[in-house]
Amino acid sequence: MAAINRDDVAHLARLAHIEMSAEELDRMAGELAVIVDAVKSVSEAAGDDVPATSHPIPLSNVFREDVVGHTFTAEQALSGAPDSDENRFKVPAILDEA
Amino acid sequence: MSTDATLSFEEAMEKYDPVLGFEVHVELNTKTKMFSSAPNVFGDEPNTNVNEVDLGMPGVLPVLNKTAVESSIKIGLALNCKIAETCRFARKNYFYPDTPKNFQTSQYDEPIAYDGYLDIELSDGTVFRVEIERAHMEEDAGKLTHLGGSAGRIQGADYSLVDYNRAGVPLVEIVTKPIEGAGSRAPELAKAYVAAVREIVKNLGVSDAKMERGNVRCDANVSLRPHGRERFGIRSETKNVNSLRAVEHAVRYEIQRHAAVLDSGEPVIQETRHWHEDTRTTTSGREKSDADDYRYFPEPDLVPVVASREWVEELRATLPEPPAARRKRLQADWGYSDLEFRDVVNAGVMDEIEETIAAGATPTVARKWWMGEIVGRAKNADVDPGQLGVEPATIVELNKMVEDGKINNKMASEVLDGVLAGEGTPAEIVEKRGLAVVSDDGPLLEAIDAALAAQPDVADKIRAGKLQAIGAIVGGVMKATRGQADAGRVKELILEKLGVNA
Repeated sequence: MAAINRDDVAHLARLAHIEMSAEELDRMAGELAVIVDAVKSVSEAAGDDVPATSHPIPLSNVFREDVVGHTFTAEQALSGAPDSDENRFKVPAILDEA
Repeated sequence: MSTDATLSFEEAMEKYDPVLGFEVHVELNTKTKMFSSAPNVFGDEPNTNVNEVDLGMPGVLPVLNKTAVESSIKIGLALNCKIAETCRFARKNYFYPDTPKNFQTSQYDEPIAYDGYLDIELSDGTVFRVEIERAHMEEDAGKLTHLGGSAGRIQGADYSLVDYNRAGVPLVEIVTKPIEGAGSRAPELAKAYVAAVREIVKNLGVSDAKMERGNVRCDANVSLRPHGRERFGIRSETKNVNSLRAVEHAVRYEIQRHAAVLDSGEPVIQETRHWHEDTRTTTSGREKSDADDYRYFPEPDLVPVVASREWVEELRATLPEPPAARRKRLQADWGYSDLEFRDVVNAGVMDEIEETIAAGATPTVARKWWMGEIVGRAKNADVDPGQLGVEPATIVELNKMVEDGKINNKMASEVLDGVLAGEGTPAEIVEKRGLAVVSDDGPLLEAIDAALAAQPDVADKIRAGKLQAIGAIVGGVMKATRGQADAGRVKELILEKLGVNA
């Protein structure tokens, strides 16, 4: 079994801004360990002749020419924003007083 | 805001050895963004240079800008780096409203350029080699304005407004290896290094390289260790130090602050510091913690970049003359002495002088204005000379007025002040202020007579051929005409009057 403990899950949950109950943390620690083990079995199947890859499609250098395309108006850009002011997205204060 | 204790720089240097490191972000001047076809333009109305990719809307896909890749390779080559045969992008995950995707597309384990160096010439001609760890491609973030609370500062702000025009602008981040052995020249080296990077990217034409617009931004890492110890001390990272002068000051300040912390027996805290130009100090930002656990992973929406050796060599062939070679050529073209040229370089006005000459001034005139008039004003205003806002055309116009005898040098200097104060063009200011050289000989002759009468012994000396004595008479005339006389014409008239052939 991969070593994924409850603290690891709590840490990840905090980084991902996901609120998890104590029960969820316990359950997820076990489930994640199983998932990581499953992924690990892939590396066991691949021999030294199989190079590591980060992309399933054998493509490279998919480029766009540097030519200006479409843009939104500020109204369009902000149309889905919960709040806005002066044509900008308005967001809550990020950091409390240090 | 509490003030940190500092040691004097000299004492800090006696006790400790500084180690530096820099992360310089260069904004590329491509027409479009890194992964979207929205325009890359500074200063437009907020949230108008954005489309669905920049706003991170669901289901959108990034497409890499070929020109941005080529610019990145050029920067790598100019920094004497190796160019990766193949490299990929990665997601740097964090929650902050400057990136609407909740990740920044960057490069992590496979930067496009690595293992380079840059030879930095210090003000006395010493060459110091800075080794480059890597240069990688990434995208810029949006711009936050913190409002309410203590205005403009993130602490205590009530809310922030976000403009995503800058989100997705192509960036190249250049990271040095730890820089050891700079000693007391560390602040100077810091400034010279950032200046050299700025010069290179400007020379390559891949960035507008205006620090005041954030095209080149520097994060400065500083740590201290006792002399003779190999292990590095704990570093601080001062963010977004955005002028050459600030880079020098920030490194100097951090050395002095670290030295005081170490002297007190406390450990230095590894943290981000914010630079404050007004007080020339830094304050603590967030401490490095879990928030910096970015969980990088390969970007699944982009395929690898393969830089064939043919492509790299094609790009290498397009590289312009390196700045060091360019300096040599410019000095020869302009006919400046070594000392004159070094002063120009150290004052940071070489590009400005080149532009002024291109606008029609002679090298002598361009140097006279920048070194004689503008550098001093910039120092008083505490900005880099190029940031003062003097246009080459203004200098050419002022000089023409002087050469045509419309105004003298003293008035030209006054007109320059007017231009900088936003009063209009030189011609408008001359008109408005009623500045004009007194060229009617009548009033000049009266003033000359008076000056000669007042200093008969000087008049005798001039008659006897001691022409250098004429300055005293010219001075008297200038005083009597409140500086409005054309000194050259006054000289001629005095000599005429005394019957002396110059």
